[in-house]
Order: sequence, then structure tokens, then C-alpha cells
Amino acid sequence: MAFKIPGVLVGMGITLNRVIKTFQGDFKHFGRRYDQKALDERQSVYGSGIFTVQYPEEKLKPPENFRFIPFLVYDPKLDESGKPVIDAATGKEAIGYERCTSCGICAKVCPPQCIWIVRATTPEGKPKPECTEFYIDIDVCMNCGYCAEYCPFDAIKMDHDYELANYERHVSHIYDINTLMKSSTYHAQIHPLDVAREKADKEAKEAAKAKKA
Amino acid sequence: MAVNAPPAETKPLSANDPQTIAEQIKTKFPDALESASAQGIVIKRDHLLEVARHLRESLTFDYLNNVTSVDFPDRFEVVYHVSSIDRGGAPLTLKVNAARENPVVPSLVPVYRGADFQEREVYDMMGIRFDGHPYLRRILMWDGFEGYPLRKDYHEPYFEDEKKPFGTRWDQGHHVIAEDRNPWHDNVQYPANFDAVAFKAQIDTVREQTLPDVSPTRLKTEKMILNIGPQHPSTHGVLRLKTTLDGETIVGVEPVLGYLHRNHEKIGERNTYLGNIPFTDRLDYFTSMNNNHAYVIGVEKLMGLRVPERAEYIRVIMAELTRVISHMALMGFMYNDLGAFYTPLIYALEERELVLDMFEAASGSRMMCNYMRFGGVARDLPDGFLDKAKHLVEERFPRVLDELETYLTGNEIFLARTKGVGVISREDAINYSTAGPVLRGSGAKYDVRRAEPYSIYDRFDFDIPVGTAGDVRDRFLMRLWEARQSLRILKQALKDIPAGEIMTGKKNYQIRVPKGEVYGRGENPKGELGFYIVSDGTPNPYRYHIRAPSFINLTALDRMSKGYKVADLIIILGSHDVVMGEVDR
Repeated sequence: MAFKIPGVLVGMGITLNRVIKTFQGDFKHFGRRYDQKALDERQSVYGSGIFTVQYPEEKLKPPENFRFIPFLVYDPKLDESGKPVIDAATGKEAIGYERCTSCGICAKVCPPQCIWIVRATTPEGKPKPECTEFYIDIDVCMNCGYCAEYCPFDAIKMDHDYELANYERHVSHIYDINTLMKSSTYHAQIHPLDVAREKADKEAKEAAKAKKA
Repeated sequence: MAVNAPPAETKPLSANDPQTIAEQIKTKFPDALESASAQGIVIKRDHLLEVARHLRESLTFDYLNNVTSVDFPDRFEVVYHVSSIDRGGAPLTLKVNAARENPVVPSLVPVYRGADFQEREVYDMMGIRFDGHPYLRRILMWDGFEGYPLRKDYHEPYFEDEKKPFGTRWDQGHHVIAEDRNPWHDNVQYPANFDAVAFKAQIDTVREQTLPDVSPTRLKTEKMILNIGPQHPSTHGVLRLKTTLDGETIVGVEPVLGYLHRNHEKIGERNTYLGNIPFTDRLDYFTSMNNNHAYVIGVEKLMGLRVPERAEYIRVIMAELTRVISHMALMGFMYNDLGAFYTPLIYALEERELVLDMFEAASGSRMMCNYMRFGGVARDLPDGFLDKAKHLVEERFPRVLDELETYLTGNEIFLARTKGVGVISREDAINYSTAGPVLRGSGAKYDVRRAEPYSIYDRFDFDIPVGTAGDVRDRFLMRLWEARQSLRILKQALKDIPAGEIMTGKKNYQIRVPKGEVYGRGENPKGELGFYIVSDGTPNPYRYHIRAPSFINLTALDRMSKGYKVADLIIILGSHDVVMGEVDR
């Protein structure tokens, strides 16, 4: 009978192999373990060894499709050169055009119903396609992304900001319209491919329209 | 090209055809039938037991898939789905009507032991009594609870409206947080004259244990009740095992459930069809893609939707990736239960992490994927997904599985602890309605992907591995073998995936589901996950029931662990792969 390596040694061999592998990455990316390039390699399906990061000192960029708490998109006011105007009071880009028309689809499709909208009215009391108030209870929100998916005006999108801890939840976890409004510049930053796709779709539609006319 | 056409080479469905079966029942029991249609055979209450016995013994319907009930305005309806392990095919639907006042139906436990927990659930939720049930007690709610939550006239303490969207939520324009709407103490309903101090739960009563004297010595011994859980790391969540012991030997185990109960089914009935998809993620949170899949299959059957080719492939890829990582993680968890803390588990979770990252890139969330929609999937695969998946499936996962096999399956301690432990025979596994690796580990070749091929599973070449001994070791090996088969499916799917549409029609949030009822099912990593949906044509389901594999598998826990030692109970439970989010719903 041939000599058989005891099962215990086989198992320990595998563990030892793992231990050695954990140091491989350290040597390979010595001093640059958390550079984007090193992270991309260590964290990918092709990597081996340790792939953890030292959160919160080191953070990973979430993928584009990542969804966490919706926000409302507005188009910023542009100056003559086409650059967004910065509002001095808030430090954010000034609101040029609010995309939300207060149609309420997001509130209707929301499974836990965490969205509250108040529609704007004209001085005569007629409803206007704008919202005056918009609340999201982020404790109730389940991050399903339906509001962004079914909004016909691309007015509500899912955010990437996941660090929402607070010392209390009754005030700071009810997002009002001021907290929710974020510029389309920001949206283009976190969703570059989506924005490019939307733009291409729009142009194709307009081209088709022009062709018809 | 659209798919979903019935596969050409499926096993003959005619054997399970309700009309044929109804004829056979009629010749045997002339006055047992009330009516028979494609929707199911309605049997008279007094004849249910003998018809069930005939079905099981003469017509080989040996497997009870599902028991549930529907609350109609004029009657209660108890619905049974039975099928044959060897023959496969769509399950046969049996129905029994019960009166609105004092509903009683004969219990099927003498014929199918798997009806045990399911009938208790129906009694608990709908208030239908099962005559002849050995232990008819509430299973998910607490002992002193009053009312039957799934009845249509039951209103929960925080009741707002019958159906979503709740009109009360946004019309005032002011936000009211949940605690203000339901102040503390008002969010619980107690029975009239309820005295919390004097109330005593029936903790001391134990289910009647029928086992011959296991004590080899003739010493006078006294049985002892040991509670394991609800807060115990080995119960995989909040589960309590009320264990009766004779010395260290187990005489009986009674799982006490409901700590995580939120009445998912009632929430689902208030919710819209579309709104239920993210809720299904939270059932078995290890396998949200499979949960989505089974649910959309059910609703698509009702709607008669066809799914584009690419979407079907994406669904299969996602479901099988989930199966691989779920099985890998379980192998690690089982070692945890044996005392090999975390090293094997972390090795398995490392691989799981890679797949979860891919899920995040595709769907937006790692675990609560919410990825499938009626008629397709939510969004197309991101760039590089298929290359990564190919690398995983062709190089990395086979290597990892080999590694796991090398150092886990041959381990002497593992073999000593698992071989011949927790044995359940093939007959018992079938009779107790176990599903998935627990059923197949005992040698029953039953997999929904083959028995009633859904999606495009009929196109792939794969085997259904079966165990022989029906012990914990076999159930462990089932996971390894099934993960390998999943890799085979994935290889084929990744090679063949076509380009094209990912969704039928336009995206629409108002889903129209025609009237009818359906039992849609899929093979979850834990077993057969079924959705029984009754639609009345409105935007919300009239009845929404889930056949939860983890829950029903627990029925057999008592049978499996009798005669073994307490230490074995932990690994026997571990081999079930229970996820409490699904057990308690």
C-alpha cells in the first residue's frame, strides 16, 4: 500500500498555503495596498490573498448601480459661460430647473410607502406640476430603487452615500426637500454610464422625431 | 425569440392531469367528489382522508408539496398540492371546503406526516381546525394570541387600510413617524381581560413522545426538558428547540418558531404584486435571487407573460451563482457547528463575497437584490460581468470546491461526527415533505428543475446527485455535488447567453394580473420554494402563500434526531440549512 498523507496534514497544508498567500499581496503592492490599482486587482475575482480594506480609513467606490436612499435631481442654473452658478447661501449649485412634476408615481410604487409629496398650487388654487414639499423617511425606505426605476421624468435617482448614522432619528432621518435636492452634476458623477445612456436615448428620440417631421 | 413554451421532452403530464385523476377517484369513491376542473379537484370533507390515502397508496402521489388555505367571503378553502417523486410533473391540486362558522377539516397527518407543521400554520393563521391532528397548537403566534391573522376581517393593531397604496400616507402632507401613529403599548392587541401577570404559556407541556425505552440500563430515569435557544449561536437565528432528554439521549425535539414572524403573507396581501418582489428578498436572505425567480415565475404564469431569451439566461445565471455560494457557505457553517470555528467558513465566505460584489454591480444591492421583474430583469448586466463570471465558473470555483472537498470531506473528526448521524430513510424523507438536499440526501431523486422544468432549465445538461445513507454526511456532500452541477449549468449558460431584450414590453408599475390562481415554484438551494397566489383581478393579490422549504424541512427534525445525543442535534439542525427569515416569515 502506498504511503498516504494523513488528512490532518492535507488540511493544514491548505491553511499554510493561505497564510503564505496573504503575504503575497503585501509584498507585491508594498506600501501601495490601498491604491486604486492595487485594490482593483486584490478585490477582483482574479485576485488572491487578503482582499479586505481598513474601513473607515479606506473606502471602496460603490459600483454605479449601487442604490441607497433616493434623492431628487435638479438641473443647475448656468451662467453665460455654461458653468453652474454656486448659491452663496447654501454653497450648493443654484437650482435652475426642478425635474419633479409631483405626479406621485414614486409614492404609489414605493413598497413601504416612505415618500410624501405635496403638490404646488398656483395662487388661484390650481395644481401646478411642481412639488412644494417632499419627504422621505429613510428609516422606512428599503432601498428597492422602484422610485428611480419608474420615474418618467428622471427626477428621482438612487444615491451612493451610505454613511447615514446619526445621534437621533426623529428629525435628521426625515429627509425634506432641501436635503433631497441634489444637482444633476452630482448625479452625472455617480452614474456616468446611466447619464450617457439617457442622453443617447433622448438624442435618438429627437432624431427620429426630426426625421418624421 | 420568446421562450416559456412547454419543453417537448417533459415526462408525461397526463398522469397528473386533474380530470383523469378525478375519474379514477370517482370510480373508487362514487360520492367523494364535489367538482373537478383544471384548477383542482374539490373533495367532500368526509372523504378527504380516504381519498388522500388512495392517492398515496394506489396512485403514487407520495409527496405532499404544500398545504394552505384561502379565506373566501362564503367559505374557507384548504388547498393541498400533491405530487409523485418518481413521476414528477406539475403537482395535483386538491381542495376541501370548510364552513365559515367553526371550520373543521380532517387532518392529513396520518397519511402525510409533512402536513404536520403546515396544518398547524393554517390553524394558527386562518383558524381552521384539523380533526385528528396529533398536536394542533399555534406555531407562529404566541399561545395567548387572540384572532386569526390571515383572515380577511382581521385587522392588525397598526391597521391603516385594506390595500396599498394606503391613502392615509401622504394626503395631509405631513409626515408622521410610525411610533406616533402607534404609540408604545398600543401596537399590541391583547385578548379581552388579558392578565399578563397571571398568563402562563404552555412551556411545560411537551408533545407526546413515542419512542421505546432508549435507556439501555434498567435504571429509573426521569426525562428532562432542555431548551436550546432562542438565543444560541448554533440555531442560526432565533429558534428554540424544546428538547426532551433521557440522560443525554434525545427523546423528542419540538422546534418553537415565530420569533421572527412578521406575517409576510398578510403584508403581501396588502401590497401590490410589484411591491412584493423586494419583500421576497427578505425571506431567505441568502438566496434572494432564487426567491425573486420563484415569485416572478408564479405571477408570470398567471399573466401569461413570455420572457425574452436573454432575460431567461440572466435569471438562470443569477440563480445558479446563488446556489453555488449558498451551498459553499453552508459547508462552512456546518463546520462551525462542529466546532471548527470560522476557518472553513471564512474560506467559503470569501468566495461568496466575490459573487455578492457582482450582484451589487448588476442589481445595486449585495443581498437584497430585487433584480427580477415580471417579464424580464430590472437592468442589463454591467460591463465585464460575463468575463468575471466565466473566470469564476471555469477556473476559480472548481479549484475552491476541490480545495473544500480535500480538506473538509475526508477529515476524521468530521466523519466521526456525521457518519450515521441524523439518519432519515427515503420513505420518511418523502413522507415528511422534506425538500432540497435533505430529501435528495436520503436518495429521493426529486429536483423541481427536472421534475417540472421552469425557465430554461430543460435545455441544460446536468445531473441530480442523490445520497444513499440519508445522514448528515450525505447532506453535506449533497451541497458539494450540487454546487458542481450548478457550475455545469453556469458553463453552458455563460456560453450560450444571447444578446437582445431583457424585458417584455414597456416598464410599467401598474401590473394587471387576471383572475385565477397559480402555484409557482422553483428549486431554491434549500428546497422547493413555492408561491401560491390567488388573484381577484385587483392590483393586490387576494391570497399570497409561501411554501417555505426551511420551515417544512423542520418537520422532520424530530424524526431525525431521536436517539442521538444532544451534541448531535446541533449538527443535525445545521445540515438542514435553516434560515429563520424564511422559517418564520
